[in-house]
Amino acid sequence: METEQQYIDLFSSYESLIAEHSSDLMNKHRPEAFACFKRLGFPAMKSEDYACTDVAKAFSPNFGLNINRIDIPVNPYDVFRCNVPHLSSALYFTINDSFYDKQQAEETLPSGVFIGSLREFTNKYPHIAERYYGQSASSCENGIIALNTMLAQDGFTVYVPEGVAVDIPIQLIHINRNDVDTMSNRRTLVIMEPRSQAKLLVCTHSVDPVRFISNEVIEIFAGEGAHFDYYDLEESSEDTTRFTTLYAVQEAFSNLSLNGVTLNNGLSRNNYNVILNGECAESNLSGLSILDGRQQVDTFVRVTHAAPRCNSNELFKNVLNGRSTAIFQGKVLVKEGAYKTAAAQVNRNLCSTPEARVYGKPQLEIYADDVKCSHGMTTGQLDENVLFYLQSRGIPRSEARTLLSIAFTADVLDNIRIDGLKDRLHTLIQKRFRGELVHCAGCGAN
Amino acid sequence: MLNIKNLHVSINGKGILKGIDLSVGKGEVHAIMGPNGSGKSTLSNVLIGHPGYEVTKGRIIFNGKNLLELSPEDRSREGLFLSFQYPVEIPGVSMVSFMRAAINEHRKYRGLEPISATGFLKLMREKQAFVELDSKLTGRSVNEGFSGGEKKRNEIFQMAMLEPTLAILDETDSGLDIDALRIVAAGVNKLRTSYNSMIVITHYQRLLDYLKPDVVHVLYNGKIIKTAGPELALELEAKGYDWIKEETGE
Repeated sequence: METEQQYIDLFSSYESLIAEHSSDLMNKHRPEAFACFKRLGFPAMKSEDYACTDVAKAFSPNFGLNINRIDIPVNPYDVFRCNVPHLSSALYFTINDSFYDKQQAEETLPSGVFIGSLREFTNKYPHIAERYYGQSASSCENGIIALNTMLAQDGFTVYVPEGVAVDIPIQLIHINRNDVDTMSNRRTLVIMEPRSQAKLLVCTHSVDPVRFISNEVIEIFAGEGAHFDYYDLEESSEDTTRFTTLYAVQEAFSNLSLNGVTLNNGLSRNNYNVILNGECAESNLSGLSILDGRQQVDTFVRVTHAAPRCNSNELFKNVLNGRSTAIFQGKVLVKEGAYKTAAAQVNRNLCSTPEARVYGKPQLEIYADDVKCSHGMTTGQLDENVLFYLQSRGIPRSEARTLLSIAFTADVLDNIRIDGLKDRLHTLIQKRFRGELVHCAGCGAN
Repeated sequence: MLNIKNLHVSINGKGILKGIDLSVGKGEVHAIMGPNGSGKSTLSNVLIGHPGYEVTKGRIIFNGKNLLELSPEDRSREGLFLSFQYPVEIPGVSMVSFMRAAINEHRKYRGLEPISATGFLKLMREKQAFVELDSKLTGRSVNEGFSGGEKKRNEIFQMAMLEPTLAILDETDSGLDIDALRIVAAGVNKLRTSYNSMIVITHYQRLLDYLKPDVVHVLYNGKIIKTAGPELALELEAKGYDWIKEETGE
């Protein structure tokens, strides 16, 4: 419990200071979170769900936290000029875990829509926020969520009222920026009221060559008939560790698309929890990581079918080089009464080096009749016959490998419903495979 | 153009080709026939540099160069082409990006700039017409969901795009219906010039009816046991291979 102790001490010493720079609602959740954290600690490596990621070790360095909310001297518009071509977006930034409010997006949003600081939202609209904040991501679930709830002081909110469609993609850029090893506790709350529509693109970038850890909790509520797309593009650094816990609760006829792409990272653990709560809800989850060196992406997906006639599709792919590691654990739970469920899960891995490792665990738990569930997992290398076919047409072997690696990623990108982003990712992936994206290039820097 | 001398090839230590001598001159069409397992496909695979075969003896000179020292990609850029018996499917790689990559590699080898986008599309359209390949097919991933006949047509389309000096057609006629055979053969004939050559590997006379070879060879048990004019193919069609085996004492 040594690692936990430093966070227990930190919270005990600075509880009032943390609270001072946050909101009443967020503060209200802290005591319970603290109690849960003390009781649970970090998930142990011997626990089934964390067998490949040493959580305590990741949190053990002495990271600095910006509890006092001191301005980090940076203008994100200078550090990061995002020009995804053909993608005009409503653009927002966080610097570590502080929402950047110096210069706001200029785009006019439909009336009633709130996009911005979580602290501001929970202060201004506590009666709305309290119905959602901390409701799906429960602190007693595990110590990682509890720690975030203890320490998060601000975050990002998307609130779209009933029947309103936000046509322009919303883009949130997390910038890891500091001169010392830094911890960020990020929190995102997305409230999509019935029949509302929005698309959110989240990009993560590490600017400085220090160690960063971010503990992120994202809660998404999709009301009846709501449509929401969540795209997560990670382009950080080898010294960046990220724990993401995402909960999405979907009501009847809602449609969620979730797409996570990791182009550069250190260690990432992505927990996706989707709860299909209302009839005929649909969820499409996909992910792609391109890994080398000692990079690791550990993806844990739990889809709960709690209502009849819901669809869920999962497509997760990893391309591994060097001594990298990918983990995929996917659990589909079909609850009693969730008849006519259709759930498909696919995990495919391309292991280009003998030292790369893939660990996979597909799981189905079905407690209802008349359901259709499938899962498939493959791990292998590029097909020698195909490589040779390309060579026989004059394409050098290295280029043939690149072409085929890019081809392997194609169907994940097909799930992206923002055209400008799809094109941009295609370009970035090509650069990544050609070794031209060694460092975080920003999702548009050149 | 191509000069093969005393070529011996084995797979996993087992001898497959046991002393092949073959010369193909500029503008010539050679047919290679022979029973199953005689080494026809091994010969074509060795020519294009498949890594699964070991050349134990002999040499191959192609346009003045030692072919065996060249990588498969360089052999292609030097003007060698194989129409595969079983073309592979490549999901996720579009015909357009595949062909553009190949064309540009060939151009780079000759010191030329990459082809312009409009120039490339024009070339695609022009060559598609050669083999009556539907533009819907060139819009797809390479060979993905193509019928057997479409795959063979796509091979000849690629041949038209790359304009090889020596093309090897490995059982390009197998799996083709009569109409498809006619279209493929017509496409191949349109690509014939006085300076490029072909090796046609086949079991049947019907493709040769269209392509009209100058020379016909019979490959048996790793050796060329008979070489004659086009009339040999007709004779084989009528009588089979046994009489040659007897005649040559094999």
